Amino acid sequence: MQTNPVIKLDAIKKTYHTGEVDVQAVRGISLDIFPGEFVAIMGSSGSGKSTLMNMIGALDRPTGGHYWLDGIDVSTLNRDQLADVRNEKIGFVFQGFNLLSRTSALENVEMPMQYNRQRITAHEQVERAHHALELVGLGERAGHHPNQLSGGQQQRVAIARALVNRPALLLADEPTGNLDSQTSIEIMGVFQKLNEQGITIVMVTHELDVARFTKRMVILRDGRIVTDEAVANRSVAENELQRLRQEQQAVKLAS
Amino acid sequence: MRILASLKIAERALRRNKMRSLLTMLGVIIGVGAVIGAVSLTSGATKQVEDQVSNLGENVITVFSGNFTTGGMRGGWGSAPTLTLEDTAAIRGLPNVVGISPEVRDRAQVLANGLNWNTQVLGESPDYPQIRNWDIALGAMFSDADVRTLAKAAVIGKTVADQLFPNENPVGQTIRIRNLPFQIVGVLAAKGFNLFGQDQDDVVVVPYSSHMHRITTRTFVNSIQVQAANDKVISLVQQEITDLLLARHRSKEQDFTVRSQLELMQTVTATSRAMGFLLAGVAAVSLVVGGIGIMNIMLVSVTERTREIGIRMAVGARAADILVQFLIEAVTLSAIGGAIGIAGGIGFSKTVAYLKDMPTVTPILWIVIAVVSSAVIGIVSGFYPAWKASRLDPIEALRYE
Ligand SMILES: Nc1ncnc2c1ncn2[C@@H]1O[C@H](COP(=O)(O)OP(=O)(O)OP(=O)(O)O)[C@@H](O)[C@H]1O
Ligand SMILES: [Mg+2]
Repeated sequence: MQTNPVIKLDAIKKTYHTGEVDVQAVRGISLDIFPGEFVAIMGSSGSGKSTLMNMIGALDRPTGGHYWLDGIDVSTLNRDQLADVRNEKIGFVFQGFNLLSRTSALENVEMPMQYNRQRITAHEQVERAHHALELVGLGERAGHHPNQLSGGQQQRVAIARALVNRPALLLADEPTGNLDSQTSIEIMGVFQKLNEQGITIVMVTHELDVARFTKRMVILRDGRIVTDEAVANRSVAENELQRLRQEQQAVKLAS
Repeated sequence: MRILASLKIAERALRRNKMRSLLTMLGVIIGVGAVIGAVSLTSGATKQVEDQVSNLGENVITVFSGNFTTGGMRGGWGSAPTLTLEDTAAIRGLPNVVGISPEVRDRAQVLANGLNWNTQVLGESPDYPQIRNWDIALGAMFSDADVRTLAKAAVIGKTVADQLFPNENPVGQTIRIRNLPFQIVGVLAAKGFNLFGQDQDDVVVVPYSSHMHRITTRTFVNSIQVQAANDKVISLVQQEITDLLLARHRSKEQDFTVRSQLELMQTVTATSRAMGFLLAGVAAVSLVVGGIGIMNIMLVSVTERTREIGIRMAVGARAADILVQFLIEAVTLSAIGGAIGIAGGIGFSKTVAYLKDMPTVTPILWIVIAVVSSAVIGIVSGFYPAWKASRLDPIEALRYE
């Protein structure tokens, strides 16, 4: 490929110094991710997936190695510059949604724009937030608070929030971890649609079923990459949903 | 980040915990309210006293017989027989003296119109209304000629006029003082109560000569009221009077007392200044207590909202954004507290003033001080919690349960 990678990791390490033993959560990961990719990071619990994602998301600093995001050496940035990178270049979707409670979906989605260095008028903020909510199919729920929304809907709000500053990169740490299978497929549908529109997506999951919706699978073990391969039989969310419905229909008819 | 957006976040956060916000503000509310209320009332009282002091007349020096400072003579102000009409004449000759009136006082039963009334009868010179800055409402003051001829002329106060001549013009009528008929030549304008709560209008003024020869038989006067040319020469004139009388009386001990209205005024202002310092101390203490309350709650709030802080940082809030957000929240708390306190304090003092019929002065300076100090309190007490919030690590904050 001729294009430059969005993410370039070079021997990234992360060691936690807690108590007597040092925990080497990530032990030297090198990885290039190019624009338009849709990558699943997999691995068993404790293999370092979240630690890696947090570093890619500029939330955490590696203790060794280099990380270039969009050509910028993130390891050299200070706190404020990291905050700006998170704001402008990255959209992050968390496993636990991490929405502000008692705050409407619309206001949750508006929040990242409040910290945008380019001033966005209040009017434009509302407009963009609405647009992002429509993109994830929640246009009608803008005024709802998180506790009035289902898990899948909350995750959609979180995705809308991640998209609202128009990042080049969407990161998601177990976006379907708290969701049932149908809702998971719906969320993957949203991701596939976004990816088709050109957004690069990196997603952590430990479910193979979910990983199958992506284009590339990276498997970690003990803080190292053990497998990095293209997804063979890629699932398409629309088809999977249809199949699921048919199965449910069949169960209903049988009973 | 925009201040407006921060204000919105702060407003929402405070509204989410209405009761707690209110309780947090209580310290500032009570502190500011108490100070504003107390200052309104005391400065109202001070102003009243000042008005009354200036009501005594302009640039007035009073010479009392007797010495205020020697124990043995105490209680003898104005009654010790030391001041004479000759003293008065001598003082009149001093430069910078523009008016003088020897004063003799007595209480007497007065009769007119078939009604009688017990009142104060003063012997004064025709300078008296000018010295006391007291207008004649009807008629005129008696003259120097009246003094020379021991005329039976009288000027009466408003209260006496109301008592004895309920529905008529007293001027030209006769009033009997100790059974002597005096002709009323004038009625003094209403002056109200003095510093000691006495009705100044309950008075009959006659020429001092008539008083000393006809009503009583006295050779000494109670006091001498002297009017200086202007406020700059008051102390000078006071000194000259002292020197003159010391020389005239040839006594070892000073048997008279010279007091100026200026000194009275200074006493009053000194008292009110002391009161001001006291209030400022109370204010400072209660605002510090209020500030500690705000700091406490802000610390609780930062801990409670650790996750929110983490989320905001994760989507790009800089440390400064978080700092400003919590600072604004603290300042909003104390500013609203201050505003409620000011309104409450004014309301309280107005209510008391209304019920007790007292004057109040809305203390603009103190309101400004209250506004500024509650803003400062907000910033100072909010800074540490806000700084703590801004130093949080995004990952750890997000992980906080
Ligand atoms: N803040 C921390 N302090 C100390 N050790 C940590 C910390 N965070 C993670 N670790 C350790 O680092 C290793 C990797 O953790 P990480 O959260 O990245 O795993 P993971 O692959 O995301 O697992 P899971 O699938 O359960 O989410 C684990 O052994 C974990 O105990
Ligand atoms: Mg994890």
